[in-house]
Amino acid sequence: MSAVEPPVSLPKIGPDDLEAPPLSPGQMAWRRFRRHKMAMVSAVIVILLFLYSFAGMLAYSEAQANATETGMRLQGPSREHLFGTDTVGRDIMARTIYGGQISLFIALTAVTLETVIGILVGATAGYYGGKIDSILMRFTEAVLIIPQLFLLIVMAKFFGGQVPDIHIFGRTFSGSVITIILIIGLTSWMYLARIVRAEFLSLKENEFILAAKAVGTPHREIIFKHILPNSIAPIVVSATLGVANAILAEAYISFLGLGVQPPTATWGNMLDGSYNYIETAPWLWIFPGLLILLTVLSINFVGDGLRDALDPRSRAI
Amino acid sequence: MSQADNNKKEILLHVKELKKHFPIRRGVFQRQVGAVQAVDGISFDIYKGETLGLVGESGCGKSTAGRTILQLLKPTEGEVFFNGDDLVSLKRGEMRKRRRHMQMIFQDPYASLNPRMQVGSIVSEPLNIHNIGNTASRTERVQELLGLVGLNPYFVKRYPHEFSGGQRQRIGIARALATNPSFIVADEPISALDVSIQAQVVNLLDDLKAELGLTYLFIAHDLSMVRYISDRVAVMYLGRIVEMGERDEVYDHPLHPYTQALLSAIPIPDPDVEATRKRIILEGDVPSPVNPPAGCRFNPRCSYATDICRQEDPEFRNLGTDNRLHMVACHHAEKFD
Repeated sequence: MSAVEPPVSLPKIGPDDLEAPPLSPGQMAWRRFRRHKMAMVSAVIVILLFLYSFAGMLAYSEAQANATETGMRLQGPSREHLFGTDTVGRDIMARTIYGGQISLFIALTAVTLETVIGILVGATAGYYGGKIDSILMRFTEAVLIIPQLFLLIVMAKFFGGQVPDIHIFGRTFSGSVITIILIIGLTSWMYLARIVRAEFLSLKENEFILAAKAVGTPHREIIFKHILPNSIAPIVVSATLGVANAILAEAYISFLGLGVQPPTATWGNMLDGSYNYIETAPWLWIFPGLLILLTVLSINFVGDGLRDALDPRSRAI
Repeated sequence: MSQADNNKKEILLHVKELKKHFPIRRGVFQRQVGAVQAVDGISFDIYKGETLGLVGESGCGKSTAGRTILQLLKPTEGEVFFNGDDLVSLKRGEMRKRRRHMQMIFQDPYASLNPRMQVGSIVSEPLNIHNIGNTASRTERVQELLGLVGLNPYFVKRYPHEFSGGQRQRIGIARALATNPSFIVADEPISALDVSIQAQVVNLLDDLKAELGLTYLFIAHDLSMVRYISDRVAVMYLGRIVEMGERDEVYDHPLHPYTQALLSAIPIPDPDVEATRKRIILEGDVPSPVNPPAGCRFNPRCSYATDICRQEDPEFRNLGTDNRLHMVACHHAEKFD
């Protein structure tokens, strides 16, 4: 039964003297992630794939990737062309490098877009509830019941060629890249929105939210400072898996010839046309196909690992 | 506290006919088919510097009353005057500004702290929201507050999961004190704690009250704790206050049969007396607040109930003196005096 201990002559302490916590939630998550062997291996592979796509710029210039040389068409892997050449004599390795950049760029930005939309829709619906929730969720369901591939194709057809080329990082991206990003982002936010909504519905009933309201915290701050950080685990997991899906989605549309237009290479549009040479020139599809497979597979494993590491409810330790 | 100076005491909080009904909606069109009458017309004053204990069994509307008074739930009807302002009619922004003067301590120390925030940011949040001081002075204030509630000021960078229940409750108290409020609603602050810790926290609250000149609305169901900490006591039953008065007056001369039954349940720490203690066992359950009984709400469980109890809602009247109010809502209260 201690009485109040008065603040007797507190020693003056600066921010650096304050005792560091034994482990922050982030550090604990990292520990759990490290134990997930498949995820660790996959994380390394993902990093290597990024390195391959971006460090590869040092070996080949973009001009080389797009240079046609019809005399050298459909050559198998050799010393000069490690992955062989395609139907118009372009170096496949150079194209997988630059194609990888575009594919990864598309996937990451599309997922960013998807996550932002998903969080905004889900958070608004879950936090405010009532009519707002009903309207937003019915809309989400309406978008959800349309098959994604169908949406992708229709939107690709509709928006195709309407967006002008843009210049970022000293490179030119054909307008079709932006179109694809928008299309993928706008057709895949629904699952995330539902996840976020469910998280918000349960988290907003916590007493610490009531405590924040009692303090006078504005709604916006409650949403972004109190609830969102607590629902970050499923969001990160879903976004990671979303990257894999976005790469696949890009591959679909580009394979159908509706995606990024040549000469800009992507892993997806490199597959387009190669089906005529499935047996005669397998290097045309093996290398981009393998890269897609490897990326999607490892990102999925990383997502699994993140789920185990971040989501305390699925903690098996 | 001397009772004679009731008149001279300043009223900090004046609650008048406060109601909170939760609508029950059914069907496709969400038609309202009824309402849970959680708080159904309560009126009381709280004087500056006192502790009003609010007791009652689970589900009687104590917590809802506390939350409605702080406008965390929108009242269905009624008025709440705090320092002369009617909180119910205030605009959102105006209400938000006033929140620094009235704070709340919560029941569950495990749910009332954001697990993703460090203790420092939890305690300094009220300061940030109300723009009090600058970064340096806030850091200093947080450490001062942690010291005040008996925690190590070096804990600011820790997360809530690193603390025990009692320590977490102290963090919650530090947060409530951050903006120097004058009024604190303590919503069962000790019922989730270990018995040994309960006494510590209650003593802490009592000491803080003396030190900082706080006023409490202390919600609890532990009658001995309430007797220990309160100056006055209000007893709630099914959304209404059935009896209210000076602490000793209510505990020693309860006028409402429900209060009598409640008090008879307190164990006496003396085996000889305890052996002869007579408990008044109430029959039946608390009626549903959706459909409260006609007349006196306590009549189905009251052994003194007569016809008038089943027909007329008893008036909440004063059976004490003008200086020493003893309010009770019972037709037959005189008989028990």
